[in-house]
Amino acid sequence: MEIPADLKYTKEHEWVRMEGDFAAIGITDFAQDSLGDVVFLQLPEENAEITQFAKFGEIESVKAVSDLFAPISGRIIERNQAVIDTPEVVNEEPYGGGWLLKVELSNPTELESLMSAAEYQVLTASG
Amino acid sequence: MTELRERPQVQQDSEDGRPIHPMARQPIETGIGDRLTFDLSKPGRIGCVLPELDVPEAPTPPGLLRQDLRLPEMSQIDVVRYFTALSTLNYSIDTGFYPLGSCTMKYNPKVNDDIAALHGFSRVHPMQSERTAQGALEVLYLLQEALAALTGMDAVCLAPAAGAHGELSGILTVKAFLADRGQKRHKVLVPDSAHGTNPATAAMCGFSVASIRTDDRGNLDLDDLNSQLDEDVAALMITMPNTLGLFEPDIAEVSELVHAAGGLMYGDGANMNAIVGRARFGDMGFDVVHMNLHKTFSTPHGGGGPGAGPIAVKAPLAPYIPTPIVERSDGGDFRLATPSKSIGKVGMFHGNFGVLVRAYAFIRAHGLDGLRQVSENAVLNANYIKERLQGAYDLPYDRTCLHEVVFSGNRQKAKGVRTLDIAKRLIDYGFHPPTVYFPLIVEEALMIEPTESESLENLDAFCDAMLRIAEEAENDPEVVRTAPHYSPVRRLDEATAARKPILRWQPRAEDAPRSEPTGGEAHPTW
Amino acid sequence: MTHPYIPNTADDRRQIMSRLGIHKVDELFGDIPGEFRDPRIELPPQLSEQELVAELSALAWKNVLPARPISFLGAGAYRHYTPAVVSHIVNRGEFKTAYTPYQPEISQGTLQTAFEFQSMVCELTGMDVANTSMYDGASALAEACLMAASVTGRRRIALLSTMHISFESVVRTYAAGKSLEVDVFEPDQVRLTGEHACLAVQNPNFFGYFEDVDVLGEQAHQAGSLYIVSADPVSLGIFRPPAVYGADIVVGEGQSLGIPPSYGGPYLGLFACRSELVRKMPGRIVGRTADSEGRTAYVLTLQTREQHIRRENATSNICTSQQLLALAATVYVATMGKHGLRRVAELCYHKAHYAAQRIAELPGYELASGGEFFHEFVVRCPGPVADLLERLEQRGIIAGFDVSDRFDRGLLVCVTEMNSRSEIDRLVESLAQP
Repeated sequence: MEIPADLKYTKEHEWVRMEGDFAAIGITDFAQDSLGDVVFLQLPEENAEITQFAKFGEIESVKAVSDLFAPISGRIIERNQAVIDTPEVVNEEPYGGGWLLKVELSNPTELESLMSAAEYQVLTASG
Repeated sequence: MTELRERPQVQQDSEDGRPIHPMARQPIETGIGDRLTFDLSKPGRIGCVLPELDVPEAPTPPGLLRQDLRLPEMSQIDVVRYFTALSTLNYSIDTGFYPLGSCTMKYNPKVNDDIAALHGFSRVHPMQSERTAQGALEVLYLLQEALAALTGMDAVCLAPAAGAHGELSGILTVKAFLADRGQKRHKVLVPDSAHGTNPATAAMCGFSVASIRTDDRGNLDLDDLNSQLDEDVAALMITMPNTLGLFEPDIAEVSELVHAAGGLMYGDGANMNAIVGRARFGDMGFDVVHMNLHKTFSTPHGGGGPGAGPIAVKAPLAPYIPTPIVERSDGGDFRLATPSKSIGKVGMFHGNFGVLVRAYAFIRAHGLDGLRQVSENAVLNANYIKERLQGAYDLPYDRTCLHEVVFSGNRQKAKGVRTLDIAKRLIDYGFHPPTVYFPLIVEEALMIEPTESESLENLDAFCDAMLRIAEEAENDPEVVRTAPHYSPVRRLDEATAARKPILRWQPRAEDAPRSEPTGGEAHPTW
Repeated sequence: MTHPYIPNTADDRRQIMSRLGIHKVDELFGDIPGEFRDPRIELPPQLSEQELVAELSALAWKNVLPARPISFLGAGAYRHYTPAVVSHIVNRGEFKTAYTPYQPEISQGTLQTAFEFQSMVCELTGMDVANTSMYDGASALAEACLMAASVTGRRRIALLSTMHISFESVVRTYAAGKSLEVDVFEPDQVRLTGEHACLAVQNPNFFGYFEDVDVLGEQAHQAGSLYIVSADPVSLGIFRPPAVYGADIVVGEGQSLGIPPSYGGPYLGLFACRSELVRKMPGRIVGRTADSEGRTAYVLTLQTREQHIRRENATSNICTSQQLLALAATVYVATMGKHGLRRVAELCYHKAHYAAQRIAELPGYELASGGEFFHEFVVRCPGPVADLLERLEQRGIIAGFDVSDRFDRGLLVCVTEMNSRSEIDRLVESLAQP
């Protein structure tokens, strides 16, 4: 299971990557593997606000549906049209082309409440 | 090649040593999936001639007419062959053992279909006067009485069209009953082993849903129940026996606790086949119960409906149940009636009458002794399967079961063979798979319900196949993982189906010129 | 003694018990507390198959009308000719005794039929997508109203007063669950606000007449509400599909497509909508895909909407369709075909108009409305309708349905292709007699 060292993680299996002033968020390799073939994503519109640890959308596989929880708070500046058009990208490249949202952080200190790769590794190993 | 139809298939392998599905004889390369009625259509063909118009034509309002109607044009033989060919791609009770847990796929007596088709039943119009429908009303009345007797309840409404519809009717009845007493209870408790319909129903009726844990023995966790019982609880909704096929031994205490907290006991009767004629919801403290007549009382499932989901209630709730119910007057006539505080109608008319007639016929063909044989043999058969398979499959709740047994495929999962694979491999051996991945509290669940309809020989053949699959999971997992090999089609690409849904026929591009121009030229009457 | 539906012999049972290490079957029921076990239950005695047929046939014959009454009764359930093909296909055990097609590899018959059905409903209604059916027309409408509330986030449902008498009751029952308000408007007095999730109309309406559906659709959309239309599928053989006048959701009672009246059920709820709304649609949906070797095949899809996955967040608690009835409708439509279905609608239309004209010529009778109608219309009778119905019943004629609670001395008369001119003439003569 791939867990890139430079990202921050939540216990709900989302990741955050800082890209300059913005953060990209997505779901982890572990999450996509447990879900199976991703078939649909419901994501908020651009400019919408998301709140840390609150539900912001849904992700569906053939026979499961999961809520998506925001790892950080902020305003959505971009929504990944590629995952909406071809959801399988989330399975193929969960940390790359399968990112979900780019967000302008409203409170960068929230990042400190997230897990490191090592901590997330422990979480997924314990099931 | 008739021997290929016989079961058990296990001994009758093909040349490469694999079992042969009875459907493998079908010409699966016909491309039938590519050719719908619309594709088979040819302009000018008809399947039915109607009588000539024997009255003068009336002028028609041109602004209200449609421009085109794109429907197939087929002769009768093409229709018959097409649907007959499709039917042979189906597995059914009539073709083989169907141990689908929680679905009670038992034999559907043919005579019941004939009875429902009697013109004196099938041609009775739902809006004709009660005085001309006394026979139909009497059947409904007698069925109400029989179901009240079998559940130990006081009043029955036959209107709900399916189990989930019965749940909706029953929980709305609970809601009306509580509202009438000024109680604002907003929570329904549902065990973690419940069917998805239970929480979905509660939510549809405006209740929040809280989950109750199942304990190590497979029973309701009474501590968890106790901790969640408060003045907000409207009802506890439980399946009896539960979805593990287990009877709640502390049911009297559960009922007492719920009632003491001011809540009601809702019984999901989906598994009534286990206890029919032997124990009654009413005696155990339930206030409302729904039954699935297409399960316990053997009306054909029809590929997913029609069913019938009557509810039965205790007297205090009787004024609230849906309308109509059937009453008998002092003079002996039968009539439709509306309970005094009824929640209203739940369907167009009086319920799925054609299904209800069949259920009544099933009850009469058994009597009490016959129904007790039903539950007895259903339970014997399930325990026999449990006994034969428990060495090869994990049994998470190891105790005497009732009508169904739930195994876990965890041991096979460790070898890379999932429960889904085991299910698909059973198809190669000529059996319908059990219910899989349910109940949710059992990992890799395999839920097997044989019903009373299966002979010992069939149970043995099924168990032989399951044991052989367990061996294959050890020694040849690939053959299981890629199953089924001998079905009309193989595993489907469900992901693409959901990502890029194609939900209806569309003309192929090259066919487009053939479609009729709009304007109604082929519409000579107008 | 063994039972014909139960194959285990006494010896089989002994073998099973021996394998289980028990002496009495009762040991298997040990978890049931003794106080609840084996209660006294009063049931009528067991019948042999021969006795069963005799007893149930006797009940069937108690429905005292002649086997083939002359009937002009519609009011939501309609008599149409069903080609023999339909019952022969529907009675094939492979269709009839299968369960929901959870295992697509061995359920292609049911699945492909369902896909055919969805396609036919789309063609008839003009809508983009349809499900594999709901319980009946009334519950389909109620589910459509709940869906509209979910889509719009609004909490009021608007209905027309001219809908089937069961429709309003069923919508109110379903609406009570989620505490939605129901407003009922006369067709010419619709007042929608930003709180209305939908406007639902029936076309033709309960009384047989066409509503002003274009205007009503505009009203709905101006208020930001969804426009729900309940349509009679046979009328769609010649009349405009609801998609043309802006429907967002189309529902309907599909009984008229080859399903017998059967004292009110089982029937068939039709449900179709615009493609943007598909993820909010209740019920089963079948999609086309391919198997691992590239064969075109069909499968249940978009299941994450449903109760077995989304549980309390599902679009509905429904988990069956009326699949066997959907099969009947599919075979009916395939057999009647494009020309046959048109022809049925034409015959209904002309015969109903002939009957209406003849009845209107009778002294004391008049048509209750001047509107356009399909195969049902309201007649004002000279005297009490109940008396008239009883009088004609004694002559073997069911003259229609009493709607005098809505129209003074109103009788709702339905004429289909099943009514010959001589039957219509007999009705007219009987109405003329005191």
